[in-house]
Amino acid sequence: MVNHPIPSEVASRLRKPKAGHAAVGGRLLSPFTLVLGALIAVAMYFLAQRFIHGLGAVTNINNGYPWGIWVVWDVVIATGFACGGYAMALVVYILNKGEYHHLVRPALTASLFGYSLGGLSVLIDLGRYWNFWHILSPTYAQPGSVMFEVAVCISLYVVVLWIEFSPAFLEHLGMKDVKKTLNKFMFVFIGLGVLLPTMHQSSLGSLLVVFGAQIHPLWQTPLLPLLFLLTAVCMGFAIVILEATLAAVGFKRDIHEELPLLSKIGKIITGILVAYLVIRIGDLIVRGAIFSVFTSGVKSVMFLIEMAAFAYPIAVLSSPTNRRRLSKLLAAAMSMLTGAVLYRIDAFLVAYDTGPGWHYFPSAPEMMVTIGVIAIEVLAYIVFVRKFPILPGHSTTAAAE
Amino acid sequence: MYDDTEISREIANRFDIERRDFLKFCAAMAATMGLPKGAEAEIVQAITAKERPSVIWLHFQECTGCTESMLRAEHPTIEKLILEIISLDYHETLFAAAGHQVEAAREAAMKKNWGKYVLVVEGAIPIKDGGIYCKVGGKTALQLVKEVAEGAAAVIAIGSCASWGGMPSTPPNPTGSTGVPEILAPKPVVTIPGCPPNPYNFLSTVVHFLTFGALPALDDKGRPKFAYSRLIHENCERRAHFDAGRFALDFGDEGHRKGYCLYKLGCKGPETYANCPSILFNDVGSGSWPVGTGHPCIGCTEKGIGFHKPIHALADLQNQRPPAGYPRVVEEQGTGATLGAIATVAAVGGLAIGAGAKLVGNLGKSESDQDSGKQG
Repeated sequence: MVNHPIPSEVASRLRKPKAGHAAVGGRLLSPFTLVLGALIAVAMYFLAQRFIHGLGAVTNINNGYPWGIWVVWDVVIATGFACGGYAMALVVYILNKGEYHHLVRPALTASLFGYSLGGLSVLIDLGRYWNFWHILSPTYAQPGSVMFEVAVCISLYVVVLWIEFSPAFLEHLGMKDVKKTLNKFMFVFIGLGVLLPTMHQSSLGSLLVVFGAQIHPLWQTPLLPLLFLLTAVCMGFAIVILEATLAAVGFKRDIHEELPLLSKIGKIITGILVAYLVIRIGDLIVRGAIFSVFTSGVKSVMFLIEMAAFAYPIAVLSSPTNRRRLSKLLAAAMSMLTGAVLYRIDAFLVAYDTGPGWHYFPSAPEMMVTIGVIAIEVLAYIVFVRKFPILPGHSTTAAAE
Repeated sequence: MYDDTEISREIANRFDIERRDFLKFCAAMAATMGLPKGAEAEIVQAITAKERPSVIWLHFQECTGCTESMLRAEHPTIEKLILEIISLDYHETLFAAAGHQVEAAREAAMKKNWGKYVLVVEGAIPIKDGGIYCKVGGKTALQLVKEVAEGAAAVIAIGSCASWGGMPSTPPNPTGSTGVPEILAPKPVVTIPGCPPNPYNFLSTVVHFLTFGALPALDDKGRPKFAYSRLIHENCERRAHFDAGRFALDFGDEGHRKGYCLYKLGCKGPETYANCPSILFNDVGSGSWPVGTGHPCIGCTEKGIGFHKPIHALADLQNQRPPAGYPRVVEEQGTGATLGAIATVAAVGGLAIGAGAKLVGNLGKSESDQDSGKQG
């Protein structure tokens, strides 16, 4: 019923030989997508509550903790997850490694949803959301603000992502001339697509630098922008591995041709992570904050878990044999992502202490909204991959029929 | 300057009070009206003059609160002074006589002082059905006020009822209660609105008239500017709380007990002109006015606000606007993790870790199968 088969002439046009992209096709309705739909419905219920009764009715945020899980997960972490497009563009277009080219489009798709929903999540989290347009109006701009940089970069990057991604639509719609014209100017958007995330992923760190002593010394450092940028790039690469694996398992695709590339990405991750850990621990030692590693209660525990999650991928991926195994790559990527997620949660929420008496822990409805947003992303990814030429087309199976 | 010894003797003879107290009273009157230095001397002379002006005080639709308020002014000798400064020839509350006897006294006083006496009106005048809803000695209030006002040198309407209808004119105003200025127009009438008005606003007006032979400067509603030219809101002791966004939201809540601004409880201070917060009531020190004791101002000196707008209704702000949102009196600081929240985190976390581990395990298994297949 929900299965809209691609017209055979379109399908044949899309089913190109190697290195091209093709729609996966297949049924949209499955137990998994139904669960996703149910999660989205629950989130929509609580979102309705939020818009009718206000933020306090659904969230646990208060004047001491004006940011909760909606900002930290849906914006700070989700845009990190969405750095796949950024990381791949960095490698392909800036470092000119053309071999990765067919990994760009699936990564870009995930980035597209991650950033679009991240931008929308800001709208949900804004108390006076009807003033949202102020971000886009120069008359309201306060260019000295870190928040301004984050807001502008995210808004612009969402637009840039849609433009970068548009060839996939244009192919599907058969608008070849438009695509040709667009391709002439694409380098501008690709450039912006690398510049904007670099700016705002580091600004997410700068946001916390501004908080000063309210952030625990284990996380507070002038190097926060650099650390946030490094983890964002790492998350981007790790998510490419995760997506490729999940797509292979979920759509029963053969992944052997992509595996060597994923191995190389694993090597890049190892390199960046080593740099990250050296900078982070070196900074802790230089500032003398290393002594609070074991003496800060819950914060110490979270810090150590975080460190372990960052250290595991280095240990696993430093062996070339492990890098050739998809299972090891996947385990390392997931550990890396866990570390990066914890790093952002810790820095924004656990390490944040605004004074005595203030508490925050997300409420169940609040988390259901976040889970619903993730479900929207996954569902949209599935729909797009099945309907549009996104994934590398060399291994399209009978699913297209 | 005045002759100190002569004054002392005059006061000792006539008012039976200490000279010092008398001079203090005169200085207070001058200060209330904001008169220049030296005016107290003129007041002293005017008050000690032998010729006392005749005053006729009429009561109509009222509660006598204005008179009561006058009599309870706490300067030790004020009622004595007011009764001695003027020749009160007609006042229903204070007269021992009654009936035709007292009506005759009024008529005699009017005849004797025609064109010179002061008319004070307390209470509103019903005009519906020919004014039959208020009669004194067989005459309607309407007839009486017109009759007495004709020979008056000055007309003073004391209280909100006489000034613009006050409480009896509360919608739907069944008797057609009306203020004196409307009935006597175009004759000028000084109004001293308030429920009750501050006695010093009335006394100061009378003393001004006695001293200078003219009424003080009035605003467009006939109110003396010295008393009614400033918003209560701008001189209120709770104003700082308004500006800081701290409001009492319920009678008896923490903000109310801490003396926060009463605007959100319906205080009409922001749209009411009166000097209540500056001169207070009853001479007992700070806080002795409605807002000071924790009740929102009801706007009794303003036509269309007092007895008209509901007490809980928000005032229309004349200048400053409060912020769109207010901080709460009791700030919620968050409760930490709840059982449901922890369960959600555990479920989601467990599911993610479990699924990840399963996936890695399965992949690893198929890989080792392939490896062994290659070897075998």
